Amino acid sequence: MITFKRINGFWLSIVLALVFFVAVQLLISGGILNTFYINTLFFMVINIILAVSLHLIIGITGQFSIGHAGFLAVGAYASAIMTMKLQMPFALALLVGGVIAALAGLFIGIPSLRLKGDYLAIATLGFGEIVRITLLNFDYVGGASGMTVTHLTSWPWVFACLLITIIVIANFTNSTHGRACISIREDEIAADSMGINTTYYKVAAFVIGSFFAGIAGGLYAHHFYIIQPTNFGFLKSFDILIFVVLGGLGSMSGAVIAAILLTVVSTFLQDYPETRMIIYSMVLILVMIYRPKGLLGTKELTSFFRLRRAVEGGKQSDNKHTVA
Amino acid sequence: MELIQQLVNGISLGSIYALIALGYTMVYGIVRLINFAHGDVFMIGAFVGFYAITGLHLGFFPALLLAMVVCALLGVFIERIAYKPLRNATRIAALITAIGVSLFIEYGMIYARGAQPEAYPVTLLPSKSIEVFGVTISSQALLILCTAIILMIFLQLIVHKTKIGKAMRAVSYDAEAARLMGINVDHTISATFAIGSALAGAAGVIFGIYYIKIDPLMGIIPGLKAFVAAVLGGIGIIPGAMVGGLALGVIESLVSGLGYSLWRDGVAFIVLILILIFRPSGLFGKNVREKV
Repeated sequence: MITFKRINGFWLSIVLALVFFVAVQLLISGGILNTFYINTLFFMVINIILAVSLHLIIGITGQFSIGHAGFLAVGAYASAIMTMKLQMPFALALLVGGVIAALAGLFIGIPSLRLKGDYLAIATLGFGEIVRITLLNFDYVGGASGMTVTHLTSWPWVFACLLITIIVIANFTNSTHGRACISIREDEIAADSMGINTTYYKVAAFVIGSFFAGIAGGLYAHHFYIIQPTNFGFLKSFDILIFVVLGGLGSMSGAVIAAILLTVVSTFLQDYPETRMIIYSMVLILVMIYRPKGLLGTKELTSFFRLRRAVEGGKQSDNKHTVA
Repeated sequence: MELIQQLVNGISLGSIYALIALGYTMVYGIVRLINFAHGDVFMIGAFVGFYAITGLHLGFFPALLLAMVVCALLGVFIERIAYKPLRNATRIAALITAIGVSLFIEYGMIYARGAQPEAYPVTLLPSKSIEVFGVTISSQALLILCTAIILMIFLQLIVHKTKIGKAMRAVSYDAEAARLMGINVDHTISATFAIGSALAGAAGVIFGIYYIKIDPLMGIIPGLKAFVAAVLGGIGIIPGAMVGGLALGVIESLVSGLGYSLWRDGVAFIVLILILIFRPSGLFGKNVREKV
């Protein structure tokens, strides 16, 4: 009975998502939404994918990574090379962007995931900067002036990527592997002694997270016409981190909501960049002081609607281990 | 000779990194917080020095002292407003707050005075060059190096010979036990922020004298690199930060000297990753055994 309900819930959300997709598609093709709104919408979806992919690494597995923009950059450049230099179709380019970002994640993850807390954070930050500087010195992709990319991102692509990301990560979280990851977040030593291969799961979460960041990179590159190394500095990593933390560490719906809200706020304040950053930083400080667990804590949005407790992965333990 | 010349340049650059790294390492040692706003305190120091020299017509040393005092107050203020309420929060909350403070200082500065850069007056210090065995050392570089070394000696004296230094060492060793022994932990933490920020302010003025150009976002990259220097020496260890800063400066200058100047910024982070993989506790760090 419970499984039946769960399956029903799954299909219900898929149907709702498709209805939303068709509605927006009609609005776009009917010309009701102008370019400004469409751009904001696409940017929002890209941010959601990034937030959800980082949520898997930080919120579920508890590995504090602040170099996510590095994977975004790898995906963006890899897919741009595929379409612009090798004349490959967009779908393949997206996939290749994701795969190369995942390989980068594997390459970085295996050595650096031996580190814990602050040290891991610093190592990932260093990785993000190395990617940016390497791209800056790489003439094949245009160096500092960047690379022009044709506009290929369209609503069906963006939506399909978003849906796949959310389904994969939600299912991963609720699977055996996801539970293993949550146990690592709660207490790595205890998880280890229960026979969980912690290194394997940490690397797996890292690789999946970087894969989707790479996909987001492909969408990003083919949406903004031009990509430059400066777009992928550590401020971008912080942006993504802020989505996850404000939404609540361990809550996917929280990350999604935070990504939507912050994209809207920053779009409306685009004309006043200084004011925007000042408000942004004030919000960050105030939320951390008065509500440090973020918007939703570890709860999911759906858990407010049903009595049966969904998998929420226990409570985040305080100042001891895992996160930073 | 070219090599030695680069070495000399590297030591001047490294002394600036070392001064900033000291603040990072002291704060980390005592509250286990990566204070991302530290690079921006350095920027504020550079601007205070600039306005003191051009607006108030002060000389180098009065300007340096003024910048140090202003930065010390700023550091204490930041700690009281932003970090103190989070003393018992999760580490990630404190880290995010630090990022927030950093952005706030940067963009608050841009909001207040605009993003345009300023240039330090070049005639402030006599610029003579001394030639020693074919190596040119400008008197400015020499003065900067001496200032940095004097500040570091001063810091060592404070940490090892005064009561507040003893309290700082005690709190960084075990805050709870220090509190039981009657040490005012809050005051000690404030003092640590004050001293670290004052050093960053001094580094700001020295940076301005040496590199002329300053702007509101100048703190980001030196801040990150100083952080690398702190990790290189073993974070939380004061002599480690000095050695790490000097080593990083020398490595960067050698890389520029070999003709890869565009890769200079990357080298710092490659050093960081290598040190984290092979010796995560840093050059001077002790291995801490994990206990359940």
